Amino acid sequence: MTLIEPIDEAALRDAIAEAVAARCTLAIEGGGTKRGLGRPVVADRQLSLARLSGITHYEPHELVLEAGAGTPLAEIEAALAAERQQLAFEPPDLGPLYGAPPGRRTIGGAIACNLSGARRPYAGAARDHVLGIRAVSGRGEAFASGGRVVKNVTGYDMSKLLTGSFGTLAVLSRVTVKVLPRPEAVRTALFPGADAARAAAIFAHAGSGCWEVSAAAFVPGAAAGRSGVDFVATSNGVVALRLEGSREGVMARLRALRNSLATGGATGGATEELHTARSLVFWAEVASGALLPANGAGGDMIWRLSLPPSRGPAAAARIGEILGGEAVFDWSGGLVWLALPGPGSLEAVQGQARRLRSLVEEHEGHATLMRAPEAWREDVPVFQPEAPALARLTRRVKENFDPLGVLNPGRMFEGL
Amino acid sequence: MEMPAPDQRTLSRRREIARALRRLLPPDAVIDRAAELSAYESDGLTAYRQTPLITVLPANRDEVAAVLRYCAEEGIKIVPRGAGTSLSGGALPLADGITLGLARLKGISGIDLANRTVTCGPGTTNLAISEAVAADGYYYAPDPSSQVACTIGGNVAENAGGVHCLKYGLTTNNLLGLELVLMGGEAVRLGGKRLDAAGLDLLGAVTGSEGLLGVITEVTVRVLRKPECAAAFLAGFGAVEDAARCVGSVIAAGIIPAGMEMMDGPAIRAAEDFIGAGYPTDAEALLIIEADGPAPEVAAASARIEEIVRACGATSFRASASEAERLAFWAGRKAAFPAVGRITPDYYCMDGTIPRGSLPRVLARISELAAHYRLAVANVFHAGDGNLHPLILYDANAPGELERAESLGADILRLCVEVGGVLTGEHGVGVEKRDLMAEVFSDDDLKHQQRLKCAFDPDGLLNPGKVFPTLHRCAELGRLHVHAGRLPHPDIERF
Repeated sequence: MTLIEPIDEAALRDAIAEAVAARCTLAIEGGGTKRGLGRPVVADRQLSLARLSGITHYEPHELVLEAGAGTPLAEIEAALAAERQQLAFEPPDLGPLYGAPPGRRTIGGAIACNLSGARRPYAGAARDHVLGIRAVSGRGEAFASGGRVVKNVTGYDMSKLLTGSFGTLAVLSRVTVKVLPRPEAVRTALFPGADAARAAAIFAHAGSGCWEVSAAAFVPGAAAGRSGVDFVATSNGVVALRLEGSREGVMARLRALRNSLATGGATGGATEELHTARSLVFWAEVASGALLPANGAGGDMIWRLSLPPSRGPAAAARIGEILGGEAVFDWSGGLVWLALPGPGSLEAVQGQARRLRSLVEEHEGHATLMRAPEAWREDVPVFQPEAPALARLTRRVKENFDPLGVLNPGRMFEGL
Repeated sequence: MEMPAPDQRTLSRRREIARALRRLLPPDAVIDRAAELSAYESDGLTAYRQTPLITVLPANRDEVAAVLRYCAEEGIKIVPRGAGTSLSGGALPLADGITLGLARLKGISGIDLANRTVTCGPGTTNLAISEAVAADGYYYAPDPSSQVACTIGGNVAENAGGVHCLKYGLTTNNLLGLELVLMGGEAVRLGGKRLDAAGLDLLGAVTGSEGLLGVITEVTVRVLRKPECAAAFLAGFGAVEDAARCVGSVIAAGIIPAGMEMMDGPAIRAAEDFIGAGYPTDAEALLIIEADGPAPEVAAASARIEEIVRACGATSFRASASEAERLAFWAGRKAAFPAVGRITPDYYCMDGTIPRGSLPRVLARISELAAHYRLAVANVFHAGDGNLHPLILYDANAPGELERAESLGADILRLCVEVGGVLTGEHGVGVEKRDLMAEVFSDDDLKHQQRLKCAFDPDGLLNPGKVFPTLHRCAELGRLHVHAGRLPHPDIERF
């Protein structure tokens, strides 16, 4: 497959215009770490954004950073760290989930997939931190939206339309994101030996108070055993709550939260605490699916269920009874990573997916197939199938931005 | 402001259309008498007025869908309207268009505190949402100054902000789900109670689309736990520039206050005369800074804020000693627009956003521009996120003053764009800033925005004349302009 690597936005525009003229389809990639996410793309050419790399504008006092779509996130994170700032949506590194080495992902990839980590319920998703974009649509025309300021309603919010569109409407050339101060202190409280019911009680209690939890996860026994953090690995299942803020504030809040949980009967026995470094490792493991079983060892099908948080534990329990598998809970239960063994035949896989989706829908959620063998991702819808009126609207949006279907054909929905 | 030329055929069919609508809706939901229609002739941007062809007030989704289906079939334009508080003319009627008021789709249909959500009709007021969950200790964060009157449907359409956006975001960051009826009468559900989109983020694209994409018939928002503690600070300064620099210093120190507002001398004195909030009337600039959250965090932030403010040369500093005092500090700010309204026959409110760092320069330049146009300006704004609200004082009855005010306003907005900012931070483009869109966007930028419009409303019947300076037909926008694969400059290195 021909590889095209534009060196600037004009070259990107020309490459797409040329592909449109030649009726050639394009597979779009940043660092190429998430090729396994979405439906398999069969395209005539590969379009890499790797050379649209570099931070083009960073003003710490304005809390804004702009970079080429192909800029490695590692570079951005290092620049932010030097100013004691961060991307508050904590984009997870999904590379290893698909067999790529860690640290290769790009800002464009994180935005195109709307990937957010543990802080999402409290600080917003990737889409909430994108202030502006520059992109080239499937018409071979460059356009911009948004800007460098946080408060902006000038024109339609095309940044949100493109965030999470998996390169199917336009190819990002540059993104502007909001950045935020890094908290002075971080502590993660661990409550070992928990089961799903206890986790649900802890989430509910922690959410009802004023402790400002910034992450809440439940990792059951087997998954906890895969952690590189010793307290977690030996915990036989753990509920984790993270607090961030000023040094004195975090300590005082942590004490109050622990006491309240113990008094309320939600926890008992010993608790542990992760400080900054190990806290970082643990939350990255949760957000990147690293605690799930490997391919061939029960992790043939990895699903990501998005649910109203209070319904996560109950939904997962019901799914477990019917389909088996292993679950890890993030976002106070609003995000369930589910690993299912592949049931063998394609028909069985399709049946399993249908059953799973109907169970998730009963709980007002939706399911995305995050990892599965390529053949299955072709025939099992990766994204939740849309109701007919919405599917027609999605098709019209695609047709307006990419009328010939040259960009990442079929990545999100079959035939789109 | 030039609006699309009215369709004479629609105008001549007015009685027939009213009759048809009466077959679709209860009799009292169709308003076509001139005296009653006058209530709908403008919104919060009162400089523009137009009597609508007819006003309809459907009471549920099916009635909305019936109206939209009929209008799509007949090619009749629709202007959606919430409470009519838009400051950009988003609900300005069309002579040949039906104003579709959503006031009757009000009321809260679901409160799910376990998931922190409230579901309600678009006609529910912003404040009613907070009130519905207040007893349980929750609130809805976006708080535009018009929150007593403005509706959540209008908030979504305009992506409304408020004084707490700096920490809690605009409407778009607090919205989880919508039911939207498209122009043909088809309803779609976007989002829900979960935290991320299943497919394309059409929820995000619709928010702030100013009633051009669909009609909202149900809204689900996220509510937040009321902070354990909140403290507000009033800091007076001898010069606007000092206060503006102080804003940057607070952010640079790694503090994101819940709100950071600024008022200049004329605004301080107008508000103090009106409300008696305890503002320092001898100051030339006032910052209202609020810290909220868990008590230990507020204590830590408060100490830092006081230290920074004093170092910036504040001439006065007060911390709220009680909840009543904190609310009093805000009361003056929230009443600033009506307070300014008492000292001038008319005022014109701008809404540009700029990078915080350019605040001192932009404020100085606004004074120069005001002097040039021989008009006074009072500044009230969301300093923390650089969202300016210069209020241009004028007298509509004095010949030429409105025109001068509009020219000054346009110059101020151009200035905002020049320093890297934008035309509107929270009020919307509407008709007011429509013709300035080309200052910010290229032709291709605007065409791509209109292509989104084409996906939702290919015949352009929803709220035409707003947002876009030039309306392209969707058929024209749909054409591909390809020149047989020829590249413009084949000689330079590309790939």
